[in-house]
Amino acid sequence: MPEDIKAHITGVVFQVVAHPGDTVAEGDPVIVLESMKMEIPVEAPRAGTVKEIRVEEGRTVQEGDIVAVLE
Amino acid sequence: MLHKVLVANRGEIARRIIRACRRLGVASVAVYSEADEGAPHVGEADEAMPIGPAPARQSYLSIDTIVDVARRVGADAVHPGYGFLSENWRFAQACRDAGLTFVGPSAAAIRRMGDKTEARRLMAAAGVPVLPGSDGAVSDVAEAERVSSAVGFPVLLKAAGGGGGIGMARVDGPADLPAAFATARRRAEAAFGDPALYVERYAERARHVEIQVFGDGQGNVLHLHERECSIQRRHQKLVEESPAPGLPTDTKEGLTRAAVMGARAIGYANAGTMEFLVDSEGRFWFLEMNTRLQVEHPVTEEVTGLDLVVAQLRVAAGEPLPWRQADVIQRGAALECRIYAEDSAKGFLPSPGTISTLVLPEGEGVRVECGVAAGSVVSVHYDPLLIKLVTRGATRAAAIERMESALGACVVEGVKTTIPFLRRVMAHPDFRRGAVHTQMVEQGAFNA
Repeated sequence: MPEDIKAHITGVVFQVVAHPGDTVAEGDPVIVLESMKMEIPVEAPRAGTVKEIRVEEGRTVQEGDIVAVLE
Repeated sequence: MLHKVLVANRGEIARRIIRACRRLGVASVAVYSEADEGAPHVGEADEAMPIGPAPARQSYLSIDTIVDVARRVGADAVHPGYGFLSENWRFAQACRDAGLTFVGPSAAAIRRMGDKTEARRLMAAAGVPVLPGSDGAVSDVAEAERVSSAVGFPVLLKAAGGGGGIGMARVDGPADLPAAFATARRRAEAAFGDPALYVERYAERARHVEIQVFGDGQGNVLHLHERECSIQRRHQKLVEESPAPGLPTDTKEGLTRAAVMGARAIGYANAGTMEFLVDSEGRFWFLEMNTRLQVEHPVTEEVTGLDLVVAQLRVAAGEPLPWRQADVIQRGAALECRIYAEDSAKGFLPSPGTISTLVLPEGEGVRVECGVAAGSVVSVHYDPLLIKLVTRGATRAAAIERMESALGACVVEGVKTTIPFLRRVMAHPDFRRGAVHTQMVEQGAFNA
């Protein structure tokens, strides 16, 4: 069943690490946010396949925004 | 004297520099990005100029824009503050090429000390002790492993292209090396545009002690004593103080002698800081030199009674240093606490947002350097430093007591801050007896 991956912090997307179709393990970084000169990975909450990436590099996301979807 | 200084920075340090300009009767020009319209530093300068969009690369880090603005407003000097372009030798050179005085050392000195492997080499040649490590940058993981095995794990991988703890990784054994090497390279490339790494032995439970130096390019180089800066997270400082508690006299003398010798060896002019690690036996090694004004310069000002930023402007204008070594006396004790917009309960995660309430402490022996006001937006684009609280006292205990009151009276609402964490540091028995080392924060010594 699909699961949303949400940003746990406000920041700018520094790097999109995973792409649709990629298999990820729990704790793998899906995207990396940059906030206040820090790089903060947004990690997969469980193992699965990336169904969708909803952001692109350079975009500002707010805390709680959906950045990717796992299936 | 200079007549108009462009302040190429933001936040508390821009305000600090504007204040020093005012003290000297020099006009000041603030610059601001779209995110900083209405920020406190903008209103305080004699003039203010916009320099572009919020991302720092398009504003505070844009050499062409800042040099162009400085010429348009008729400034004759540029003060870079710390961070941003302060240690970018190309910026110092661009200022000089445009006929502007750069308030800081020469572009050549910035370049030589900015190349951290070159700095190690230069300091070793000048007789300053350095940690065992690679002779210059390592070309690949295999070489990193050879050097690490030779000097002994744990080691630190460090970026050759820049310091400040960015891109630094501790490696405990050969198995961890490939992954750490790849990550550190990527971070170094992102931060400094140069992926080169070097290897240094890791000193366990060491203290970070630094020496403030000042040269005038006219043959005078002196030191303004030490600062203890061991309370750090992510290799970045949270609490600084002077004097360093319990530092053996011969270690202190060795450090100040090495720092002056090192600065002299490169013909250093203006304010700079030589950073060292000191172990439990009082042995010390050179870490890096910061060729700029340091965030924590106020603790040195509080114990010496000297104004470092005013001196920077005077020296940049061609005056000799206004002090002799014998005039620079350390009196009492001073502490600085950095209030960051960070959640210390969540591993110091950044906490951007809008400041809804701001109450600043005041009183005898309390100094506040603040870059924000109620209503300020704390943006994701910049460093999370909001406020520096500085206290002094006749003794270290008195300065700590004042800091506890100041932290208790400081209210910042709307974003999470390091205030609760700093209060735990002040109350901690090990901190109170001066038994500090650089790993205390990551080891959880101050956790709630």
